[in-house]
Amino acid sequence: MTSIFRKFYFFLIALFLALPLIVVAGVSVNQKQTLAFPPQGFSTSWYGEIFLNPEWRNALMASVTLAVLSAALAVTIALPLAWFLWRRIAPWANIFQLLGVAPFTLPPVITALGLLTFWATVGFYGQPWTAVVSHAIFFVTLPLVTLSLGFTSIDRSLVEAASTMGADERTVFRTVVLPLILPYIVSGYAFAFVLSLNEYIVAYMTVGFTMETLPIKIFNALRYGYTPTMASVTILFVTTAAIIFGLVARFGDLPKLLGAMSSDGK
Amino acid sequence: MRREPPQTIGDYAPLLFPAAMLTIFFVVPFGTMIAVSFFQRQQGGFYTPAFVFDNYARFLTAFFGGVLGFSLMMAIAVAICCVVLALPFTYMLTRMARSVQVVWLVALLSVLSLSEVIIGFAWSTLFSRTAGITNILVALGLMGEAKALTPSFAAVLTGMVYQAFPYTVLVLFPALVRLDPTLTEAARTLGASPLKAFFTVVVPALRNTIVATLIMVFIFALGSYLLPQLLGRPQHWTLSVLITDQAIYQSNMPFAAAMAVFLVLVTLGLVALTVIAGRKGEAA
Repeated sequence: MTSIFRKFYFFLIALFLALPLIVVAGVSVNQKQTLAFPPQGFSTSWYGEIFLNPEWRNALMASVTLAVLSAALAVTIALPLAWFLWRRIAPWANIFQLLGVAPFTLPPVITALGLLTFWATVGFYGQPWTAVVSHAIFFVTLPLVTLSLGFTSIDRSLVEAASTMGADERTVFRTVVLPLILPYIVSGYAFAFVLSLNEYIVAYMTVGFTMETLPIKIFNALRYGYTPTMASVTILFVTTAAIIFGLVARFGDLPKLLGAMSSDGK
Repeated sequence: MRREPPQTIGDYAPLLFPAAMLTIFFVVPFGTMIAVSFFQRQQGGFYTPAFVFDNYARFLTAFFGGVLGFSLMMAIAVAICCVVLALPFTYMLTRMARSVQVVWLVALLSVLSLSEVIIGFAWSTLFSRTAGITNILVALGLMGEAKALTPSFAAVLTGMVYQAFPYTVLVLFPALVRLDPTLTEAARTLGASPLKAFFTVVVPALRNTIVATLIMVFIFALGSYLLPQLLGRPQHWTLSVLITDQAIYQSNMPFAAAMAVFLVLVTLGLVALTVIAGRKGEAA
């Protein structure tokens, strides 16, 4: 590909990806309560609104709490599973790997409806904690994939050396495996956290009427009249996502996490 | 410490929690949903255990058949657009410096994490008469007056391609980044233009990857729920929208479950067909 063609192509893709964000950023600093673009006047008051208006603040709190807890639960499900599959020869256990990947592979409405019928049947429909479990199951794929990748990159002779020196299983895990796998735990958590923050359909189907997360709040706001606060929340969220992924890239090998070979060619 | 088969019951301990969680909260709900799809609906939003096929029979009417057909067609269109756009993009991206790749990957992940609500809101603004892109065209003198581009099929398609594009790149990335660079170098040395090398060497070498990506993007697009509502007319609504509508607003869980089961079957069926077709093509 010639360089000019490539630059033009990349510019068009960048424009396509950025255009909605440019517009939303513009709307978010409107002075008046309209969705005008280009923005009329300049004001950052809509960003303040997120934290000052109790409705938006509660939605923000709900989303952050949900994301923090469900990502943690997803990691606690994925870590022992990935470790077991790396440590043991038990082919039938791969079925759980498959189950861990399935919820994220099927159309989300399937997982959402399955969980809705389940929570309704057992009588917990609408409880806030059901959303935590639902999101953890829905996003368990992400830490599972990063952790499986992380375990394959561990040099087994290191572990062997530790056990020859007399370390028992638990000590080996704590002193050798855990430090090596930590970056993958963090990135798996980060992926699940960011996606949970923005997830709509599973949250809506499980706790939509009792708990309003930010995506649900934005959708409800879209139906009953626009406010620039929606735009400010959007910018706040996309910035958060960019910072988190930026940190993952800064402290880890992002291309490798996404399937490339590591930078030293291993 | 080599991999070894579990010796004692205690060796299975780490598997206990993940296996229990996935079974209770994924396998059981999935089974519940299948069971409910055969249940009898009662007036007032309740349902009683039964074994009837009414819910499936109702689904096979012209209206729902049409919606299913539209959903599948839409998802196929999105998958094709995304792969056509993303394949050359990802290929060129993997040939760039690692630092450039990282910047693009962070950007793509950020866009991928955007909520469907937000994507819908952004594009409905871009396609609106008052704050949309037609205003820019007017300012440039390319257009007489601003007009609304939404709701329309093209608007839904654009929104869904936007949503699925980063996903497509990330699915293609591992295969492309591992592609042996000597393949294209050889073609170039023998006198092929870069474009020709791309189409005669890279694309055929990635045949299976491309097919797999098409399937994955297709399933991803099938899950789109809010974009058809925010950017389209009711005739552009997909099966996901109708399933949620039946489950939440019509309180007809058995019918919603039947549609969901049907959606799973159609999805898996299409995947199986494509895989079989891919195998045959390979053998030939």
